Parts: sequence; C-alpha cells; structure tokens
Amino acid sequence: MTDTAGLGDDVQLLTLDVNGTSYEVITEPRRTLVDVLRHDLRLTGTHVGCEHGICGACTVIVDGAPARACLMFAAQAEGARITTVESLADAETGELSDLQKSFTEHHGLQCGFCTPGFLMLAEGFLAERPDATRGEIKEAVAANLCRCTGYQTIVEAIDACATARRGHCARGTEETPCN
Amino acid sequence: MKPANGDRLVGRSVARREDPRLLTGRGRFVDDIELPGLLHAQFVRSTIAHGVITGVDLSEVRRVPGVVAAFTAADLELGDITALLARPLSEFVPTAMPVLARDRVRYVGEPIAVVIARDPYAAEDGLEAAKVTYESLQPVTGEERALAPDAPLVHEEAAHNTLVDVSLFATDGIDEIFDSAPCVVQVDVRTGRQNALPLETRGAVAFWDDREEQLVLHTCTQVPHQVRTVASRCMRLDERAVRVIVPDMGGGFGIKCAVGREEIAAAAAALRLHRPVKWIEDRKDALSASFLAREQHYTARAAFDTDGRILGLDADVVCDMGAYSCYPFTAGIEPLMAAAEMPSVYKVPAYRVRGRAITTNKAPTAPYRGVSRPQYVMVVERLMERAARELGLDPVEIRRRNVITEFPYTGVNNMTYDPGSYLESLDLCERSLVEAGWYDRQAVARAEGRHIGIGYSCFSERTGYGSKAFAARKMEVVPGFDISEARMDTSGAVTITSGTLSHGQSHETTMAQIAADELGVDIAKVKLHQGDTDRITYGWGSFASRSIAVGGSAVRLAAGKLGDKLRAIAAAEWGISPDETELHRGGVRRRDEPDAVLTHEHLADTAYLKSHLLPKDIEPGLSATAIFDVHNDGTFSNATHGVVVELHENTGQVEILAYVCVEDCGVAINPQVVEGQCRGGIAQGIAGALFEQVTYDAQGEPSATSFMDYKVPTAHEIPDITIHHLETPCAFTETGAKGAGEGGTIGAPAAVLNAVNDALRATGVELDNTPITPETVHRALTPPAPEQTT
Ligand code: FES
Ligand code: FES
Repeated sequence: MTDTAGLGDDVQLLTLDVNGTSYEVITEPRRTLVDVLRHDLRLTGTHVGCEHGICGACTVIVDGAPARACLMFAAQAEGARITTVESLADAETGELSDLQKSFTEHHGLQCGFCTPGFLMLAEGFLAERPDATRGEIKEAVAANLCRCTGYQTIVEAIDACATARRGHCARGTEETPCN
Repeated sequence: MKPANGDRLVGRSVARREDPRLLTGRGRFVDDIELPGLLHAQFVRSTIAHGVITGVDLSEVRRVPGVVAAFTAADLELGDITALLARPLSEFVPTAMPVLARDRVRYVGEPIAVVIARDPYAAEDGLEAAKVTYESLQPVTGEERALAPDAPLVHEEAAHNTLVDVSLFATDGIDEIFDSAPCVVQVDVRTGRQNALPLETRGAVAFWDDREEQLVLHTCTQVPHQVRTVASRCMRLDERAVRVIVPDMGGGFGIKCAVGREEIAAAAAALRLHRPVKWIEDRKDALSASFLAREQHYTARAAFDTDGRILGLDADVVCDMGAYSCYPFTAGIEPLMAAAEMPSVYKVPAYRVRGRAITTNKAPTAPYRGVSRPQYVMVVERLMERAARELGLDPVEIRRRNVITEFPYTGVNNMTYDPGSYLESLDLCERSLVEAGWYDRQAVARAEGRHIGIGYSCFSERTGYGSKAFAARKMEVVPGFDISEARMDTSGAVTITSGTLSHGQSHETTMAQIAADELGVDIAKVKLHQGDTDRITYGWGSFASRSIAVGGSAVRLAAGKLGDKLRAIAAAEWGISPDETELHRGGVRRRDEPDAVLTHEHLADTAYLKSHLLPKDIEPGLSATAIFDVHNDGTFSNATHGVVVELHENTGQVEILAYVCVEDCGVAINPQVVEGQCRGGIAQGIAGALFEQVTYDAQGEPSATSFMDYKVPTAHEIPDITIHHLETPCAFTETGAKGAGEGGTIGAPAAVLNAVNDALRATGVELDNTPITPETVHRALTPPAPEQTT
C-alpha cells in the first residue's frame, strides 16, 4: 500500500511492470523512475549516483535496452517491461546468475555501489551483442562510472561471461535459444 | 600452534563474502534505510563565497506544501565542530566550524539552514522559498590572493590567511650544500583541487530511540566513533546517548573521514522533531560543497653531485585548504604529511622544508587517498628526472643510485623505514617494460615522428600509522591503536569485531581469513562486526591504509587469545597441559595423538552450557579482546610504477599505452583484493594527473557542479594494468602485512607526468603541473606559427 497521506492533489495512479510483477503506485507525476523503484517499490538494488544521467548507477533495463532510471519519470515507464538487478539471481534458490558469478570471480566490484548499474548495462548490451569483442565490451562499460575498480576487472568479468555463454550456445547446452 | 600451512587462507584469493548481497541488490546503503514517518532534509546553502549574513527568512519555506520544519543555526543552538592541533599559535591557528553558518559564510555551498519535509522533492521546493540576505565581502580565491599583504581575512583570527605554518626540518649547513653543489635543479609544481568522489554521496538517517535513550545515527562515515564524539559534543549529550551505525558504503577514499556538518544537523533536527530524518547529499553538492582536496603548490630544489647522488632537498609547500579545518584531521593534514615524508625512498642527507596551510573562500578540504604523497612524490620524482637530464644520466639509473637499500634506515626526517624492496621493485618494473618491447617500440615510433614516452615513479608510503606517528603530528585526538574482540557462540560460530571499517576494501573477507586461520574454523563460520559504536568498544575507522596492518593485527591477536582459551579447555578435558595441544581445522587436537580432536562445537558447548565441567581457573564463555598499536614510526609499503604514453598531436590527448605496477605491501592477505586496491588507486591517480579539477572563478564560484564539468575517467581512459607483487613481510605487524589502499593513487601522477615529459623531450618543453590538459600538451607539440610577413 502506498501512503498517500500528505501528498498534494497532484498525484496519479501508475501501473508498472517490474521484474514480471505488476505494481500499482500512486505518485506525483514529477517522481523519477529510480525514486519510485527505490522508495515506493522498495527495490533498493538500483542506485543513484548523480541524478543527471552520467554515472549509470541507476541503469535498469526498459523493454530490453539499458536505460537510466534517473532520467525518466516513472509515468514514462508505464506499459514498459522494466528489469532491475533484483531479477538476476534465481528467485527460489538465490543462486547467482552467470554474470553475477563472473563479477565475483574477477573481483569486478569493491564497494558494490556501481555494480547493479554495470550488471544491467552488461545484460542489456550482451542481449543485443552476444558476440561483442573485449574492445566493444570496454566501449560499452565506458557508459558507466566506477570509482573503485579501475574498470579492468569489470570488463574481464563481462567478457568471460560472454565467452562462456557463446560456448554454451556452440555446444547447444543453453536452455534459452541462442541468437 | 596454528593450523598447518597448506590449509591456510591468508595469502589466498578467497572469494569475497560481501559479493552475493552486493550483486543481488541486497546491500544496504544509507539511502536504503527506511523508517516509519521518515522525514527528509535539504540544506539552504550560501550562494556567495564570502559575506556576512544579514538575514535568514524561512517563513515562506514553512508554508511550502510538504515542508514540516526549517531550522537556522539559532534554532538548533549547536556547538561548533573544532579540530585542533596541539601546536603553538605561530604554527597553528584554531578555527571553529559551526554546524550551520551563524553570521558569516565562507564558501559557495556552505550550509545556512536545514529544511525538513515529507519527501526530498518537497524539501527542495522549500529551499526555493528561503530568503537569505548577505553583505558581500571580497572573496579570497587563490593562494597568491590569500597571502597578499592587503588580502581580506577568511577568519579574523588567522593572519595572512594562514592556519598552519611549520618549518619541520632544516639541516645545518644546507645553504652551503646548495651553493657548492655541481648540479642544482628546481621545480615549481601546482596540482589541481580534486574531489575524492565516492560514487555514493554522503548521507545520514537519524532518529531518537526512546527505549535505548539514544540518538541513532546511520551515516556513511569512515570514522564512526569520531562522528559520535562530535555529535554528542555538538548536541550536549553523553557519548553513550549517541549510537553511530555505518551500513554498506559506496566508497569513501578519505573524504568520509572528515565529520560533516550536514550529518550533525540532520541528527539535531531528528532530535528536535522526535521524528526520523534522512539527508542524502546530491551530486551537485558532493562535487562543489563537500570536502575537496589536493590543491597544492610546491617550490622545491635539489642538489646533486656529478654522479647523480642527491645532496640536499629544499622545499616550500603551500596547501589551499579552503574555508575550514576538518575534524579530526585539521588543516594540517596536507602540509604536515608533505613536510614530514617528502624525502620519500631516497637517501637525502640534508633537508629543509616549510609547510603551510592557507585558508580561502572555497569548499573545505579533507584527507583524500594518499594525502599529499601523490604531490610530493611527483615533486621529488620530477627533481630526479630533471637532474638526470642535466647530468646526462638514465632516469632509472639516477634513481638506482639514490634509493635506500639498507634497512632499517633512519632518514633526515627522523623516521625509520622498515625493510622494503625499493631497488628490486625499480629493477623489475623497468625489466618488465623492456621485455614487453616498449623501449624498442618507442624508438621506432620516434623515428616516425610519434610522441611516445616512458616514465616511472618510485615511492614508499607509510601505512601502519600507530599512535606514535599521529602523536608526532600533535593532533588533539590521536588515532592509532585498534581493538578487536573475538567471540565464539555455543554453536561454534565466531564473531570478530574491528574498529576499522570497510567501504569497499573487502574486510568481511580478509579479516575473516585472518581469524579463521588463527582458530582453525571454516571461513563461513566467521562473521565480522564493524561500524557500530555500540558493538565496537572503540575504533578509529579506516584511513591511511591502516585496516589490515593495524586492525588485522588486532583481529589476529584476539582470535589467537580465543584459540588459547579453546586449547586450555581441551587440555583440561584431557588432563594435559595446553602446550600439548594445537588448533587444527575443526577443533583442538592432541599433539601426541593427532587423531584425538575436540571440536569447536564441543568446546563451545562446554564453555557455555556445561561450565560446571570447567576447572576453577577457567572462566565460562568464549570471548577475548586484544589491542594492537604500532609503536615505531610505522611500516612502509613501497612500489614502482612504470607507464608508457602516447601524445596525440591533433588533439593534445594523452593516451596510456601500458601500465606496470610492482608493489610490495608485505604479506598480501588476499592478493586479488590487493590488486583491486592497486588498480582502483591507479585509476584515481591517473584521474588527478590528466582529468579532474575543480577551479574557482574570481567570485569564488566553483567550476565543477556536475559530471558535465568534472571529468571522471571511464573505462575508455583507464588502461589495463599489469601488477607484480614483491613481498617483504613487515616485522612490526602481527599479520606481516603493510597497508595497500593508497599506493596506486600515490604512484600514478608522477609516473604519468614523467612519461608525458619523456614524450615531449624533443620539444624542449617540460610540464610540472597537473592535471595535464589537452591544451597544454597541444601547445607543447605545436611549434609557434612562423611570423607572418607581407
Ligand atoms: S544516477 Fe542516473 S545516471 Fe547517475
Ligand atoms: S565498486 Fe565502488 S564504485 Fe564501483
């Protein structure tokens, strides 16, 4: 239940599809998607580093493509499929996804504040470019800021994950169809 | 006896235990904390750099929908935050920093009033309705202005705008040495004002807990106990009545070890309103009005003999500390560090230095990863390079002739350096670039007219600062020791505490590695408590790369004591002496009969639930506390960095083609973590060398208020880094480890600057200032257009 007490008259009812669940939110039209995800839906995995579209800490996937949730109003995301970091690990077993495992194996995170943004950036990017070279991955990673790792291990983690996924595809061991 | 070597976790790249929660979005950072009835704070901030406040009118603010309250300094009646050095007035002038500005503002962004509203949007609406009137004063925006005889004073009590002025060393006869030396070189180095820039901005959530009669303050600080001290003093509460809790932290890099005014104001508002209050700094404030660092000016010269051996070093250091002295480190943090440690890794026989902290109308400064060492290493390394040029020596060879090779070595700065691998790291770094073919490639490229340069920096960094080292700085509060408690519960699970605090450095893993080895338990059985003033007896937090060297040593000692108790209980059960037992994976075993093992679970069960079985001299329960301090001048990690750059003629861009770091931090508890610290540090060092800078205009307006104006390097600009480890175990710490957090940041600027100068060799231009902008490089590479003749 969203607490509307004390809110002004200027509120609207939104329906948001996040990680396959439909949420109803009553909110002011000026609220950004990241604030609604974090504070109304309590999905606090997505972070805020700048609120002006540069750092990428707020990256989520909207209809398949990485998007900066600080640059969108929640209202603009109505009708779209939104995916956040909370969707990556297996909901039942808690097992980490292949990309998450690759991040931990390569020490692709330190404080972890930028990490959800990089994970969603990488998921969106690899979905579009499964054959990306290391150089192309580095280009993509340059879209977000990390202050701790120096980026190399993030690039390595994504590259290793992409390589492993391609291996699975080649061997036909992947359950989902490989493109 | 400790578990056998093959079994040990220390020295292995154990997977990080903090990762699963951080990778799944289940980390809990300060802004993730939600409480019933939570209110949100935003600050009315000064729009001018220097002035007298003539009026603050918040009446309109209070009428804005959603605004619950608004307070000025007069409403909250808080005490000041005052950082002190125990030095004579001629050396240090104390200045108070009010939590909210009372009658004077001294920088753009200084907090004047706090607006509390039902959500951050409404709080921001409130800010717009605030009316502050000022009588403007002339701003002091630079070093020259600050020191000019007719300069306006930022603080009336600080003549010449000088907060710190020390002449720490002056070797007798140094002038004669310079007068008669065959080679004297000098540099004039200025470094840009930088932002440490943790990706998570600062923030706090505070509430009054009636049951505990405590003000609970969740805040992302590196020094929770010191925040507790300040909060309790400002609000006139017993320290017991304040509990500071640090959740997950998105980086700190030093600036989060200065106690901020906003977290204290937010806590005071929560106390006043009896409602929870949250404050999250936005990026604009974090960039322009939070703590900054690193704006320094060095004029330095060095004397050499004809063989390239250094005879003397003479330096004047001026640090622009901005408007206030930060708590607890004071405005002395930068000049005192530079003055004490500048001789670096070299055998400097004569030394003279003056260090000053000046105050200006800019955002205040705080420690930032490396504190002054990136700067003075740059200065000393520039002097080495310049002397090499003048004497026709190879830049690596001149260093080889000067680095300290015999340890322990007591320097001209009265500091004793413990053994390190100064020469070995230099040799290995150079070899690594030679073997990778960079010198050959440089020769080829040069013949083609390309500008490729190779540069080095060689340095040591004091890391295991104990209380003796901080006492020498004459801080009023003297950090240094660390306390750890190790407890085992009835199930055999272990809790360790540390007064240090991870904000990305993996303590949950590395501290557990240390304790698990000591106790012979599985690492999954060990849990670290950190960052909670009610759970940790006392702590100094994490800064100055002290965590593993000092904190890790305390953990090892505490776990060792707990292990002794386990052995004593087992020995009593067997009716033998504790010396005849040893800890072993899973429990305690008899030395004479290695198959006889009493498990941790069994011993824990006895210690708590069957204490009647314990002999009289063994107390029930399983807990032990240990305190560790480094009693000498500290430990010295060391490294050599080597970098290859190419300068692009058309754009002036500096591209880094290769980067090699040879580091020695003693025993690496977790090599992967050490490498992570190196890479991250180097990235920040490169940022300082090439990109980041906050400048101020003549009115004291900061240039950098968003990531549009403050260029933070991305994966584009940061190269892959090759890391080689050397290991000179430290004799002064329990773990054999030295600190590893700051080295990368220290080594990178000097190496990059030297490489750029090597690339510029043919032009005759030498650059000494950072950041090295594309404009400067472009100008250096572009010969002046020939005079137009008609
Ligand atoms: S918070 Fe959205 S890009 Fe920085
Ligand atoms: S891991 Fe700290 S910002 Fe990326």
